[in-house]
Amino acid sequence: MSEHIVSSYDRDLEVLGRRIAEMGGIAEKMLAEAMDALANFDIELAHRVVATDQRLDALQREIEENAILTIARRQPLAIDLRECIAAMRIAADLERVGDLAKSIAKRTVKILSEARVPRAVIGLKTMAEVAAMQLKDVLDAYAQRDVERARAVWTNDSELDALEDSVFRDLLTFMMEDPRNISFCTHLLFCSKNIERIGDHTTNVAETIVYLVTGEAMPTDRPKGRSPSLPASTETDEPTQ
Amino acid sequence: MTAMPVVEATIPTKVSVRDLDFYYGQSRALKSISLPLYTNKVTAFIGPSGCGKSTLLRILNRMYDLYPRQRAEGEVLLDGENILDPRIDLNLLRSRVGMVFQKPTPFPMSIYDNIAFGIRLYEKLSRSELDGRVEAALRGAALWDEVRDKLNSSGLGLSGGQQQRLCIARTVAIQPEVILFDEPCSALDPISTAKIEELIDELSERYTIAIVTHNMQQAARVSDFTAFMYLGDLVEFGETNNLFTAPQNKKTQDYITGRFG
Repeated sequence: MSEHIVSSYDRDLEVLGRRIAEMGGIAEKMLAEAMDALANFDIELAHRVVATDQRLDALQREIEENAILTIARRQPLAIDLRECIAAMRIAADLERVGDLAKSIAKRTVKILSEARVPRAVIGLKTMAEVAAMQLKDVLDAYAQRDVERARAVWTNDSELDALEDSVFRDLLTFMMEDPRNISFCTHLLFCSKNIERIGDHTTNVAETIVYLVTGEAMPTDRPKGRSPSLPASTETDEPTQ
Repeated sequence: MTAMPVVEATIPTKVSVRDLDFYYGQSRALKSISLPLYTNKVTAFIGPSGCGKSTLLRILNRMYDLYPRQRAEGEVLLDGENILDPRIDLNLLRSRVGMVFQKPTPFPMSIYDNIAFGIRLYEKLSRSELDGRVEAALRGAALWDEVRDKLNSSGLGLSGGQQQRLCIARTVAIQPEVILFDEPCSALDPISTAKIEELIDELSERYTIAIVTHNMQQAARVSDFTAFMYLGDLVEFGETNNLFTAPQNKKTQDYITGRFG
């Protein structure tokens, strides 16, 4: 993209992009560390994840303020307008990713005393790895304005949905095996839901990137990766049945 | 022959510009322009200075006829009738296609006569009928409440924004079908500008409107369709909502985002 006649305009938009990249890095790190803390029952690390969230929140506010200021000051049009809107949307999604990672970390602190069946965490780790990969891809797609890569992330989210189903089945099995697992496994269920939601926010970011680059919205329905063998009663979103 | 851009096939076309070329002496200022002005819609012409947008506007009521060595080739159909035809009655054409200029141009006469002058050229009305038409025109231009008590004072005593609305009233008074605005707000303060924009919005219910503006945000606010012109070419024509959020052409994008150079 060639430069604006007013060079400070370019700097305004660059700052927005850089802050998004910074938020992306923090969100990625929070997710990875929250999962490490859970897998290794590392309380200290979990606390650090919770504390990091403040930085993410502050960045989101900064991006929002800067985008609003740019809109007010320069009345951006076309790609510039989409840059501002995209920055606000992506910042909001990344902030939610941070919240969800923080939630996993908080839960880790809580369930430490009743930690049982460590193998129950394995499926979650796989989920988190896929979610982290998706998040990394979408942040790269944003940095490179790569629509194809964003679309791939959007499509691949079905894998995460399928994994969530299998984690759900595993946890259900552990709970049926031994009722003493119920409390612990229920916490893990919430964690798996959190990771699945991180995936949803990642696809939101992918949709925003497609809008940013092309000016067009993605279709509203995304392919879902539900496994067909699953009973219908587990299709609802909240694991509260 | 360049294809006529069709954006909304369902809206009737009031003016249809087809393969229009325009020459100032030897220099070709417009190159095969084809575009529609849709009925009761506002169409904005944007582009850098010298792109031909004002020239195009001035062709729509044959204003260029006032100057020697200027000629247009192609067709401009107003309700299907080619207004470039030399046999066309120019006075009638200009009563059907009114124009408002960049700088307010009130006549050095009373507010009342500024409006009545044009009406008298075309129609013989009784005093009370004329009063009614003057009031309707001033109301139509959102000026009535401000001038109702001083209709006999000079039009030159009004503020710039009021003068511009007086000119709009003068245009509306002869009940045209199309109104052309040539940068109507570039000499006005933001409040007066807002009033004119509000007025354009209201006028579009009854008239087909074309507006030339250098203010991109204004084009985005007031128009339904936008034509981006560059060096005599029509680069992009489309619905305003699309053109200002996701233009198809890179040149359009560079221009509206301030990257031209």
